[in-house]
Amino acid sequence: MSITIIKAGLFTTVQDVGRKGFQHLGINPNGAMDALAMQIANVLIQNKSDEAVIEFFYPAPVIRFNASGFIALSGADFGATINEIPIPINHPIFVPENAVLSFTKKISGHIAYLAIQGGLELNEWMNSYSTNTRAGAGGVEGRVLINDDEIHFKATALQENKQSQLQVLPWMADTKGLYQSQSLRYLPGNEFSQLNTFSQQFMTNAQFTILADSDRMGYRLKGPVLKCKKQMELISSGVTNGTIQLLPNGQCIVLLADHQTSGGYPRIGHIIQSDIPTLVQQSPGSIIRLIPVNMETAEKINNRQAQYLQQLKNACTLQLNAYHRH
Amino acid sequence: MKKTIAHIYALGDQAITIEWSASISEEANNQVMHSFHFLQLHPIEGVTDIIPAYSSLTLIYNSTIIRKQAMGGSPFEWLKKKLASLAVAPRETIQNTVPLIIPVCYDLSLAPDLVEATQLTGCSIEELIALHTSEIYTVYMLGFLPGFAYMASVNKKIQMPRKANPRKLVAAGSIGIAGEQTGIYPLEAPGGWQLIGQTPLKIFDISKEEPCLFKPGNKVKFEAISLEQFHQFNAA
Repeated sequence: MSITIIKAGLFTTVQDVGRKGFQHLGINPNGAMDALAMQIANVLIQNKSDEAVIEFFYPAPVIRFNASGFIALSGADFGATINEIPIPINHPIFVPENAVLSFTKKISGHIAYLAIQGGLELNEWMNSYSTNTRAGAGGVEGRVLINDDEIHFKATALQENKQSQLQVLPWMADTKGLYQSQSLRYLPGNEFSQLNTFSQQFMTNAQFTILADSDRMGYRLKGPVLKCKKQMELISSGVTNGTIQLLPNGQCIVLLADHQTSGGYPRIGHIIQSDIPTLVQQSPGSIIRLIPVNMETAEKINNRQAQYLQQLKNACTLQLNAYHRH
Repeated sequence: MKKTIAHIYALGDQAITIEWSASISEEANNQVMHSFHFLQLHPIEGVTDIIPAYSSLTLIYNSTIIRKQAMGGSPFEWLKKKLASLAVAPRETIQNTVPLIIPVCYDLSLAPDLVEATQLTGCSIEELIALHTSEIYTVYMLGFLPGFAYMASVNKKIQMPRKANPRKLVAAGSIGIAGEQTGIYPLEAPGGWQLIGQTPLKIFDISKEEPCLFKPGNKVKFEAISLEQFHQFNAA
């Protein structure tokens, strides 16, 4: 019961919901950049929603299944094929033994997730399977996956499937309601009021380009030079996933999964948590628009998204149960 | 312990910060540590991380879990109220007052900025080592890298600014000074602090159950060792 990485791809890692509870030691949270896609890939095949998955960018990996099993892909659509037959994302898929999963082109999104039924057989580090490449810990030996890596997955009763044919199960998770197609929303940060008039004005309907040197630590944004009214010397304090920091050169960075646990740059805003998945699915070169919202709105949006995700999870469980009863 | 009024603000919709002061002060940090230890002993369900900094404490939370406790109300408002009314009895912070002794080799081969540091401070190498090893430092916070402890305060005579051009790679164990802070690089990493020595100790070790040597609130004292002792330490 294992998979073999035939080709590693650009930055392929094992991730889960992230490493919680150790940020006071400077141990950053890591975890899936798009936590929604990670959960959806899992629930499609009846895994726990926080089971470890494989996260990858384009160029994507080529993976061989040394045993048959159910899988699901979610997040970005990289034109997946199994043994050269196109397969869709957001569907449960049965893959036969020795099937080869590969990807053909970037169709939509930026980061994709592969969940395997039963979950990956790895050792946890500090309560999480997420890879911390800086610390060299978690995931597979604390590093990105490389050619010839073999990762075992746990057997489940459902894998005793008699068939040997590739099968795309006929239901899909409709993820449209989870992502944002228009502007991304942010909450003004504690230092927002320190911005000068032009910068505050700009941030009422801001347009930025995502720069090429964006990564799992953060997405760098290209826009007009923003400035504070006065030069600010801040002492280090907490930052989190989605925090928009204003760097000394007047440009912004949005901190993401591999962010440091503290920072000393002005925090001009925070992307609301519901919109982080949409943000991370934008590729470098994309133009994004940011608009401010208040806490009440952010929490309402977040609650609605949580309910939608719960309904999606319930629907997937119902469908799978019905399928396996046949 | 005198209590200053704290400023509580949202750090987005999944984190909240209590700030006691906008500058580094031991008094503010005592309050940070006090609340940090209190919340560790009395955890709030749905709060996943409690991160102390120099003069603030940040809580990361799962808003879905907090919303349930808030009976469907605003998770932020519920937490803000909870933190404001948190009856933290002013008592001595429980912490180990015995300082951790960290051996440091100040040999020039392990201290690439020591010569520059003498020029910046006007102190001789001997004076600099004597002043760096005489202080008992407090670990105010960890951050930047796993296990990186921000310690203060460095004697005024040997305070110096960060390097104008940060190094691409700093060796693990390197001891640096930046302003009134001193710290140890737990991992090989880029960095801009002035490097004045190196410890043979492993500050961060993923094979250990507790991978970080330092915790917020620790007291630390440096002890000078020779190059020979440094190498013996590694061989042992």
